[in-house]
Amino acid sequence: MMARYWAVLRLFWGTAIAAELEYRLNFLISTLSSLGSLIGSLFGLFLFYGSGYQFQDWSWEESLVVLGIFTLFQGFSATVLAPNLNKIVTQVQEGTLDFVLLKPISSQFWLSARILSPWGFPDLLFGTIMVLYAGLQLGLSPWAYLSGVPTLLFGFLSLYSLWFILGATSIWFVKIYNVTEVLRGLLDAGRFPIAAYPMAYRIFFTFVIPVAFLTTIPAQVVLGQGQVAWWIGSAGLAIALLQISHLFWRFALRFYTSASS
Amino acid sequence: MSYPTSPPARRRPKLAIALKPVLRVLTITRVMLSVYYAYMVEYRAELLFWVLSGTFPLIFMGIWAQAAQSGQFAFDSVTVVRYFLSVFLVRQFTVVWVVWEFEREVVEGKLSPYLLQPVDPVWRHFFSHVSERFARLPFIVLLVALFFALYPQAFWVPSWGDAVLSAIAISLAFCLRFLMQYTFALLSFWTERATAVEQFWYLIYTFLSGMIAPITVFPETMQAIVLWTPFPYLIYFPATLLIGEPTDIVKGILAIAGWSLIFLALNRWLWRQGLKQYSGMGA
Repeated sequence: MMARYWAVLRLFWGTAIAAELEYRLNFLISTLSSLGSLIGSLFGLFLFYGSGYQFQDWSWEESLVVLGIFTLFQGFSATVLAPNLNKIVTQVQEGTLDFVLLKPISSQFWLSARILSPWGFPDLLFGTIMVLYAGLQLGLSPWAYLSGVPTLLFGFLSLYSLWFILGATSIWFVKIYNVTEVLRGLLDAGRFPIAAYPMAYRIFFTFVIPVAFLTTIPAQVVLGQGQVAWWIGSAGLAIALLQISHLFWRFALRFYTSASS
Repeated sequence: MSYPTSPPARRRPKLAIALKPVLRVLTITRVMLSVYYAYMVEYRAELLFWVLSGTFPLIFMGIWAQAAQSGQFAFDSVTVVRYFLSVFLVRQFTVVWVVWEFEREVVEGKLSPYLLQPVDPVWRHFFSHVSERFARLPFIVLLVALFFALYPQAFWVPSWGDAVLSAIAISLAFCLRFLMQYTFALLSFWTERATAVEQFWYLIYTFLSGMIAPITVFPETMQAIVLWTPFPYLIYFPATLLIGEPTDIVKGILAIAGWSLIFLALNRWLWRQGLKQYSGMGA
């Protein structure tokens, strides 16, 4: 069972990358864009720290870790989330979702993993470099980075589930490109540690849209501020959201009435 | 022979001839505005999401309001909150997406039938943007009302002078932003990735227009450089006018006018060159 999914995934991504590599200029453009956005983000952070202000007890390097993780998330969503889930809308609109549903494979898996876009790679690279640089400045041990990996992966999973739930609403509303834009806008809050926000924002970004679990908590784990508790917390959130997204998709499919019928 | 009625009869057609182009423009404006308004209202749910996706300034509002409480910056939290709410409003009224539509029209050859009409295709896009502002208005009013209900300390009413001036500044900022994006859109005659140019430009716009922070917190040299670019006049300038903070109005208007002229010249030149290049693929 697992082996079959693995083989399918390899085929999906192999063909997707082969197709994308035909547009090599795009890769250059996306590298330039992510470099520009990195410089802009650093500039934004500098505006706070430059005048001697700091976010509660987050030093400049510690905030850089958060920004690095945020960049990793941007890369992740550009590589996997955006290209696949924007396709759901097209599938529903044109009725080609029928063909996906007929295949002897989980339709959620098919819709979520069909495409891998290399355009997010520069962001993934720059994010890693930033985390490593800030970690070097802070003198972090290799173990510290490793301890952050599980929370980061659970974060990816949580974000994916949220995104998929929104994508699934396309069954009812069809044209929902903008819903993902709304989510993307809210995720922008993740570029700063959650402690930098006023109380109301903190509550919203922890309990309503769990942005805190995506960037701040992995950063805290890397910085050695409470590990086991956060592992459990982020794992619980990720598993719960994944399960909800799965149930929601099954529920949504009951309302799917192909395009031509 | 006498023609008692001839002088007035002769004068009337003269007046009508003189007024004809004006009337024609007015008719076109009215028709296009009402048609595109009807289009836009059809997708109300989508519009609401568009409005909500402009939350970027509200995130920075929170973080700067918190920072202002430390007293290390030259403004208090209420001013910051008002500033970023104004940024939100200015952004809502100056959203432009012409490059995506134009690129698609060129790539799919849909531009060809529009070229046959006796109206420059740009007006179609321009009026669809303008009428979308009206369709968006109820959502904006609701959101702003909700905002003040949640945070009444920040409530303020701009003076008549400020309101009129900022309305003018917002309209000019919209025109400049439309003009810039339409200029980039014309690049789709040569490349299929005109949107990439716009996206890169948008990146610079995000960080230098005052969307992430008022220009006054930038370092001195940075401020001096940024004020020569068109970006701060698109957001920072109208937003400060709206909250009644002191700004150099004449300089702001002149900067918008100057950059508009530069882009207009570039735009018309690209348009003429582009039409020679255009092959009407797929049509």
